[in-house]
Amino acid sequence: MSKRIVVDPVTRIEGHLRVEADIENGKIVDAFSSGTMVRLLEEILRGRDPRDAWAFVGRVCGVCTSTHSLTSVRTVEDALDIVVPPNAELVRNLMHCVLYMHDHVVHFYHLHAMDWVDVVAALKADPKKTSELAQTISKWPKSSPGYFSDIQTRIKKFVDSGQLGIFANGYWGHPAYKLPAEVNLIGLAHYLEALDWQKEIVKVQAIFGGKNPHPNYLVGGMACSISLDDVSGINAERLAYVHQLLKQGKEFINQVYIPDLMAIASFYKDWGAIGGGLGNYLVYGDLPTKGYRDTASYKFPSGAILNKDLSKVYDVDLRKEDEVQEFITHSWYDYEGEGGKAKGLHPWKGESKINYTGPKPPFEHLDTTKEYSYLKTPRWKGNAMEVGPLARVLVGYARGREDYKAIVDKTLKDLDIPVAALFSTLGRTAARGLEAILAADWALEFYDSLIANIKAGDTRMAEMSKFEPSTWPKVALGVGHSEAPRGALAHWINIKDEKIANYQLVVPTTWNASPRDSKGQMSAYEAALIDTPVHDETQPLEIIRTIHSFDPCMACSVHLYDEEGKTISRISVLGD
Amino acid sequence: MDNEMLEVKQPTYYEEVIRKGYDRRDFMKFASMMAAFIGLEKSAIGQVATAMETKPRIPIIWLHFQECTCCSESFIRSSHPMVADILLDMVSLDYTETLMAASGVQAEQSLKNTMKKYKGEYILCVEGSVPVAADGVYCMIGGKTSMHILEEAAADAKAIIAWGSCASNGCVQSAKPNPTQATPIHKLITGKPIIKVPGCPPIGEVMAGVIVHLLTFGTIPELDRVGRPKAFYSKRVHDSCYRRPYFDAGLFVETFDDENAKKGYCLYNVGCKGPTTYNACGVMKWNGGTSYPIQSGHGCIGCSEENYWDNGRLYDRASSFAGFGIEASADNIGKIALGATGVAIAAHAVATNFGKKESIHELEEEGKESEHELPS
Repeated sequence: MSKRIVVDPVTRIEGHLRVEADIENGKIVDAFSSGTMVRLLEEILRGRDPRDAWAFVGRVCGVCTSTHSLTSVRTVEDALDIVVPPNAELVRNLMHCVLYMHDHVVHFYHLHAMDWVDVVAALKADPKKTSELAQTISKWPKSSPGYFSDIQTRIKKFVDSGQLGIFANGYWGHPAYKLPAEVNLIGLAHYLEALDWQKEIVKVQAIFGGKNPHPNYLVGGMACSISLDDVSGINAERLAYVHQLLKQGKEFINQVYIPDLMAIASFYKDWGAIGGGLGNYLVYGDLPTKGYRDTASYKFPSGAILNKDLSKVYDVDLRKEDEVQEFITHSWYDYEGEGGKAKGLHPWKGESKINYTGPKPPFEHLDTTKEYSYLKTPRWKGNAMEVGPLARVLVGYARGREDYKAIVDKTLKDLDIPVAALFSTLGRTAARGLEAILAADWALEFYDSLIANIKAGDTRMAEMSKFEPSTWPKVALGVGHSEAPRGALAHWINIKDEKIANYQLVVPTTWNASPRDSKGQMSAYEAALIDTPVHDETQPLEIIRTIHSFDPCMACSVHLYDEEGKTISRISVLGD
Repeated sequence: MDNEMLEVKQPTYYEEVIRKGYDRRDFMKFASMMAAFIGLEKSAIGQVATAMETKPRIPIIWLHFQECTCCSESFIRSSHPMVADILLDMVSLDYTETLMAASGVQAEQSLKNTMKKYKGEYILCVEGSVPVAADGVYCMIGGKTSMHILEEAAADAKAIIAWGSCASNGCVQSAKPNPTQATPIHKLITGKPIIKVPGCPPIGEVMAGVIVHLLTFGTIPELDRVGRPKAFYSKRVHDSCYRRPYFDAGLFVETFDDENAKKGYCLYNVGCKGPTTYNACGVMKWNGGTSYPIQSGHGCIGCSEENYWDNGRLYDRASSFAGFGIEASADNIGKIALGATGVAIAAHAVATNFGKKESIHELEEEGKESEHELPS
């Protein structure tokens, strides 16, 4: 007889996620993932100026900040047939790499580390031994016995005060924590250092986009003109600042994040066989090097892998109506017309209306045999797919890309684990680190290309010839994609009479965290939780380990627009 | 709110700092930095230091509703070296879904513990709006609606901080047609002091500054008529803009990345909402003073203003929506420029202003006159 447990709120994520799991003989036998907040942004976008959409959808998420805005300007540029200047592409790439560097580090230390690092156990560490260990795994200069002793003293006094703040009620002492005290202390010290570091690297986004979170984007390019002769423009001082930030960012990733990741992973190799889940992976691709339309030039290659078969990578087409479709069988929405709730719809043809049918709050349990989430359920050719760092690394690896192969093979060798161990919770967490290394390298390449362009006399930053709505066709369809840190992201737009007639987002966490589809197939979170061991069912440590390995972003994942009749009447309201 | 309001029976901030291994000198440095943060004269540093020595740590409950977590992200960007570490400690952040170790029942237990143990003493921070449509089912945590959780947590809070535009004015989800009836905090909770800190997100140092003010003085900062701290929201972005002389001179960017954009001219004609936006961006800038939207070539989008999503399109000139005329009429030189642009149909019609451009340009070159023209 299984027992149903509930984890709500799942913390150290973005947004509101609830997990219900059935446990039998110490293992999860069934699991349900539910998004419990909705804002209906797609409805709000109707009737608006397509050039403004980036600002609205940017506010979908402040953690993966900038990625929705980037995707939105690409979507509108696709619809209006605008090709941005190479400098704008490079600046967007730079900002995107910086997002990866920031987001992956913050995820590892501030959202995920406490699943592996026992903060209280760090107090038992010997600072001298900690220092010796730190120096064997990295040349990072802050590694003296005194440094670790100071951190330990500080945390000890904090714990002794009885006021544990964010560390209160953690799962400290749980037998699933396996690190030696010294590694716990290193992890804790770097938790604090990373908190300090993260505010620096995002300054690159502030230089080009004016602020972070939520930097500014522009349909047609970027607003930050290159002007070597003005203090307002991107000039030598701004570029030097960017360069310095990128170099420092790379240093931290290579000398702190990666050594910590590898050290911690080496004590949790058993998690290389836990949390694998679907075995299907989907990547749209990103970071163009010869223009956004030349998908072969992407640093992140696109493709799909099915059933863990790395010998075959399928191509993906976001315009084909039978590839990406969204289902609502277990979602709190209705579809109109023939087929009703059972059918799947391509985002250009999406229609739905919200219909909460769950229990009246406050409640203890959801009825998971019926609708149980505000997330819709996207499928690729009918398949449930995992998106995110692991999917990207696997597709790059399976595509035979040398940069991926080198870094993946080295990691497998260093950890002494087989390729199959990548299909796991550990694999997901490791893949994120590998991407951070690549992103830090690529950022410097993009920087060099930007300098070379400027030197060659190309200072264009925006293509504004189609910015005025009077130049647009009466009707235009567009799709834009990106690889958000959490996975494949695409927006679809339908422009009519200079306004947004329809705007749809299918986001990474919707792929991963959605409820079951019409065939009863689980999505990635649910599938990954099956067979996960749970030592103490009153403490959900193992559950959050696997969930956190996906880096959930719930605010991104929930949105819809309303039924046709209501919306038409609103267009006239919005049209003023 | 009286000066005793934030007294909590806990170790003082000073004791805490010393216990952490900092010495008195470090502490005084931090106190001076905090004094500077909140715009105090040097003479007040002693007061700040005294306050930190004698006032206790404040328990904070930080709730998340309809939001995107940009406020939490901005908060951790707060730039002074000691802030990221010390604010976490000195305020005893007992509940925040973004950073706390515990999940599920253990997280809920932390919330309950603080509400009980520090009844009437904790500060409630709210990030996000509350959807009131459909009996609140559009945002539920632990099986309860956000409305329910807010009411419970607010009941015994000493004061409430409404972080960001979501909690202050509803932000993007409350834009027309506001399908979930996303509602800001002050419309739901009465009888408690509420500090609105709008912006999408607010500047990290502004968020830190508000907390430091509470801690240091034991009172809420002085608020303007709509409930925002005067220290950070009493000046228009337009009035503190380093490109203001170009506005006064009628020198405008006509389209992004044009020659005028490269010269750093005023962004008013490409939609800058600085003339109707009250925020500290032009003075404090973002990300440790690195830049701010106008410096990076894009107009202000007015993200700290109520209903900014419905106050006209991003790239429309500010004069094209209601209310701007009143704002501008207090501003003599701006009024002249506006008179020209307000009646213009095409952006290029601003050329009518070129006649006097040269003379004003000379004044602007001197770098002095424009300051006298700013309204007080």
